[in-house]
Amino acid sequence: MPQLSMRDAINQALHQEMARDPRVIVLGEDVSGGAGGSSNEREASGGIFGVTKGLLPKFGAGRVLDTPISESAIVGAAAGAALAGLRPVAELMFADFVGVCMDQIYNQIAKFRYMFGGKSTCPVVIRMAMGAGMNMGAQHSQSIYALLTSVPGLKVVVPSNAYDAKGLMIQAIRDDDPVMFFEHKALYPRKSEVPEEAYTVNFGEANVLREGDDATVVALGRMVVFAEKALDGLAAEGIKCDLIDPRTTSPLDRRTILQSVENTGRLIVVDESPPRCSVASDIAAMVASEGFESLQAPVELVTTPHAPVPFSPGLERSYVPGPQKIADAIRRSLKGRR
Amino acid sequence: MSFTSERLRHVYRQMKTIREFEERLHTEIATGEIPGFTHLYAGQEAVAVGVCEPLTDADYIASTHRGHGHCIAKGCDLTGMMKEIYGRRDGLCKGKGGSMHIADFEKGMLGANAIVGGGPPLAVGAALACRQRGDGTVSVAFGGDGSCNQGTVFEAMNLAVVLKVPAIFVFENNGYSEHTGVSYAVGSKDIAGRARAFGMPAETVDGSDFFAVNEGMRRAIAHAREQGGPAAIEAITTRFYGHFEGDPQRYRAKDEVARHRETMDCLKRFRARMAKDGPLSGAELDAIDQVVVAEVDTAVKAAKASPLPTEADLTTDVYVRY
Repeated sequence: MPQLSMRDAINQALHQEMARDPRVIVLGEDVSGGAGGSSNEREASGGIFGVTKGLLPKFGAGRVLDTPISESAIVGAAAGAALAGLRPVAELMFADFVGVCMDQIYNQIAKFRYMFGGKSTCPVVIRMAMGAGMNMGAQHSQSIYALLTSVPGLKVVVPSNAYDAKGLMIQAIRDDDPVMFFEHKALYPRKSEVPEEAYTVNFGEANVLREGDDATVVALGRMVVFAEKALDGLAAEGIKCDLIDPRTTSPLDRRTILQSVENTGRLIVVDESPPRCSVASDIAAMVASEGFESLQAPVELVTTPHAPVPFSPGLERSYVPGPQKIADAIRRSLKGRR
Repeated sequence: MSFTSERLRHVYRQMKTIREFEERLHTEIATGEIPGFTHLYAGQEAVAVGVCEPLTDADYIASTHRGHGHCIAKGCDLTGMMKEIYGRRDGLCKGKGGSMHIADFEKGMLGANAIVGGGPPLAVGAALACRQRGDGTVSVAFGGDGSCNQGTVFEAMNLAVVLKVPAIFVFENNGYSEHTGVSYAVGSKDIAGRARAFGMPAETVDGSDFFAVNEGMRRAIAHAREQGGPAAIEAITTRFYGHFEGDPQRYRAKDEVARHRETMDCLKRFRARMAKDGPLSGAELDAIDQVVVAEVDTAVKAAKASPLPTEADLTTDVYVRY
């Protein structure tokens, strides 16, 4: 099976869905890049991360639309086009820019179907790059999926690998509900086996990457990679855990998490975002209220500190929860075990 | 543009229907039976009807918090609207939307919108869909003078010019952004000029005159179809009631509404035009008035008799599938 990076896997998903369905369009800042430039290079970048590369030559400027830097108009136009029958994939570039167009996301897109009594569908996908680790500072590094997970009407996807990213993207484009698609920048170059043909990964179905009776580790996005590293190290100590990647935070596969905790009695949640009102605290609350009898130790939350993402490389490294912090949390959870 | 008598009767009937709908709501809201916030459109009827008259169900409009007139002009069902405003289960949006969120997708009505400036980006997206279909349809973004100060509207106008989509921005300048006058809040005082600055043709029309609005709209549509790009209309109009029902309007001179009802009433203006040039007689228009009053009365009675939503409706319609 071919090895693809997460960048190329998402790119392949966009190519395949645009070829399959003429209603699919792509719009955003620099999605082809180069419009109006002096080099006359019409596809100068294919997106600053290269995720939309090759779409313009293949599908043309009628379906691959470079936009001005106008996040509200990009998201709003994608939403309006979706209400009128298209299936737009809008790119916000950095997830941090959600702040510029929040009204269109949470007052408009998220609420149409409910406000209009179930008569509308808004099949829009909003792609955005998230995550710390590239020294991009406080306004280009956040993982703000919790913000949108809290909004009824939105679906929220946080892939951790190339295979899932392709299947989740195809599902997102075919899905009749609005989907917020968070792509961790540090995962773009990471490769995994990705089938050539189109396939979907269902929303609300967690991926159990590893199995073990000692504890339940739940991790999202890049934190899945770090959790695997932590578990690799702990294997030498004879510690084996369930590792669950929910893949989507809305809907959330509650059952898989609860069943695992029922077996292990211990929960560690790893989340690259500040701890308050986070997906980590949400999962902890869910297990505390619905799986309290199973718990044999306090729930461990491995998150960033309650602070913005710092710039200086060393400082940023200590900000992001790494394998060491995760391993420590698992050990804490297991301390005092009979 | 010359209209058939039948078309003129339709135009007058729509304007009168909006007026009667709103006047009746004004009375009914005072009884306390209608929940929430209601923003009446009375006084601005010639704008909604003048703009929507050349449109079909395949054209789109994105509306505002003051949206009843746009809904009626675009062909939404009167009784369904009234039931929605009363919060009833069989309202146009099952009672989940209310006055500020009426939508009817079969009529190309993309929804009233309680966020000022929320609609224009959506209308640009719908215009993009019109462009993709290549069928000559257009998409209208309604907004007030208040909306012309929102960044989202600037972004939407620029994007429409950049993408060359058939979007038509209609600014209903009724003199007030909520309680604050245009002379204070719009720095340049010239809303059409702002639209022109984005690179689209824009004109200011007399919003109390159906024919003036309609002619402006027809020029805008012709531009959108022939040049493949947006256009804008600023319609000078007035509202006969407050920003919302219950607004004491202390910011308006005591006699302003009375004066405007004399000089800026689009129904009176339409009747005067007919009396002068024909072809409709006063008696014909009186007959339409009677039909409309009865129709709105029927809608109110039906709304009051309709069932309320149940708790089981609380969590339906959040997603298509979850």
